[in-house]
Amino acid sequence: MIRLIDVYKEYDNGTKALKGVNMRIDDGEFVFLVGPSGSGKSTVIKLITAEIAPTEGRLMVNGYNLNNISPRQVPYMRRTLGIVFQDFRLIQKKTVYENLSFAMRAIGASSRELRRRIPYVLQLVGLEQKADRYPGQLSGGEQQRVAIARALVNNPSMIIADEPTGNLDPQRSLEIMMLLERINELGTTMLVVTHEKNLVNRFDKRVVAIENGRIISDKTGGYYNGEKI
Amino acid sequence: MARRFDAGYYFSEGFHSIFTHGFMSFAAVCMIVACLLIMGSFSLVAVNLNDMLGDLEDENQLAVYIDDSYTEEQARALEEELKAVPNVTNMTFVTRAEALDTYQQSHNNVELFEDLPDDVFRDRYYVHIADIAQMAQTKANLEQVEGVGDVVAAVEIAEGFVLVRNIATGVALVLVGILLVISLFIIANTIKLATFYRREEIAIMKLCGATDGFIQWPFVVEGLILGLTGALVAFFVQWGLYQLVGKVIIQGNGLSLVTMIGYTTLIPTILPVFCGVGALIGVGGSLLAIRKFLQV
Ligand SMILES: Nc1ncnc2c1ncn2[C@@H]1O[C@H](COP(=O)(O)OP(=O)(O)OP(=O)(O)O)[C@@H](O)[C@H]1O
Ligand SMILES: [Mg+2]
Repeated sequence: MIRLIDVYKEYDNGTKALKGVNMRIDDGEFVFLVGPSGSGKSTVIKLITAEIAPTEGRLMVNGYNLNNISPRQVPYMRRTLGIVFQDFRLIQKKTVYENLSFAMRAIGASSRELRRRIPYVLQLVGLEQKADRYPGQLSGGEQQRVAIARALVNNPSMIIADEPTGNLDPQRSLEIMMLLERINELGTTMLVVTHEKNLVNRFDKRVVAIENGRIISDKTGGYYNGEKI
Repeated sequence: MARRFDAGYYFSEGFHSIFTHGFMSFAAVCMIVACLLIMGSFSLVAVNLNDMLGDLEDENQLAVYIDDSYTEEQARALEEELKAVPNVTNMTFVTRAEALDTYQQSHNNVELFEDLPDDVFRDRYYVHIADIAQMAQTKANLEQVEGVGDVVAAVEIAEGFVLVRNIATGVALVLVGILLVISLFIIANTIKLATFYRREEIAIMKLCGATDGFIQWPFVVEGLILGLTGALVAFFVQWGLYQLVGKVIIQGNGLSLVTMIGYTTLIPTILPVFCGVGALIGVGGSLLAIRKFLQV
């Protein structure tokens, strides 16, 4: 579960990225976070992953209170989250399988756990045939599937995706969204940042709209719930 | 999920990392070797001088001559007072008759020296001291004692040795200090380079929830391997160098005055010290470089 209560974020250079954001995401939900460029979407994500700290306001992530979390606890908080980026962030010199095992090893998983978990996750994202390929030998959509598999491999309770389809054509984007929907149906909470109206409107999900650092709408249905389109 | 100390993983990561920036690793090892060699060479000189100084302390004693006017009884009575002088460890009393005997014997009973009256010699103590560096002071103190005529001691030789030893030790210490700092700096830069090569992987590890310890260990192992490699290379080079110097000294002078301790007898000291310093530089350098990862 995620809770943001009256969160403000002012960057060092004085930019006020968030101006009093309240948001609550319960376990099992699928939430689109939408808004124009510069509205503060990535800032929300970085606050949740404890990459940055809020200037003001309270922040809870999966039982961790980020306002007074100790640095030693941050890695354990992050293990409850799987994070996916627009630019995939795969290790180019490692194969698909190695990219996943790298993520599992990073939190101290054993070889047995690796052998059990990785084939399952690869099958879930439809890449079981390409385990030995390098990222450079895969299409953009496939690379993003690897990134999603990596986010999933440590069995987080929530996946956070910041513009996961930003680099993909509409057809691949749709496939990725459907994959995320499927993963959500299997029980993983999903927070997806995007500004692709058409894509959002194809799914009947909760949509939180942010503009200029404030939440301007939070409803189930289409992008901005049709109010501004 | 299990939290274990996966030594195999840290070792293989650290080991492979060395070769991704081979030249820098090579430079770092060379630096450690140079540091240890200079440190080792000066220490060996100091150790050998100390050893020779030890011989000197055994042989070299102060001769304390008792005033002519004192009877043997009176001379013997001075023992307690002489013993109370600081730095004096033990002494032997030799009467003038005994001294004459020894003298005549050492001159093969040459006729010229026979029939010498024994009052040519004086009663004397041969005094041993603890610290040769304080010989001059001890000599002066002994001379203060009532009834002591002269004190004869090879103060200059003792002081010369002590001076050379002190200089060697001082120079060694300063050089070692400077070189340690330089080596630490080089290692730190090598590891910094390693973290730069792996910044992408580090970012992903953090994202996945890797602890700082987990991220750091491979770099610590890398530093350790570099340090120990340098130590081993330095150990063998030092060995060769020492033998070479030994040969030159034996050929260069017939003086048996200069004696050298065998390298093999020094190995139990040199090897652990080299490895210890190498490991310290390696681990210290890598910790210095990855300190920033301590903060998330
Ligand atoms: N590190 C930073 N330092 C200073 N200002 C920043 C920083 N990161 C973001 N900002 C500013 O904060 C505001 C919100 O940025 P943010 O990245 O959250 O927007 P976004 O909604 O993700 O935009 P986009 O859709 O383009 O990714 C912007 O004005 C941006 O310029
Ligand atoms: Mg963004």
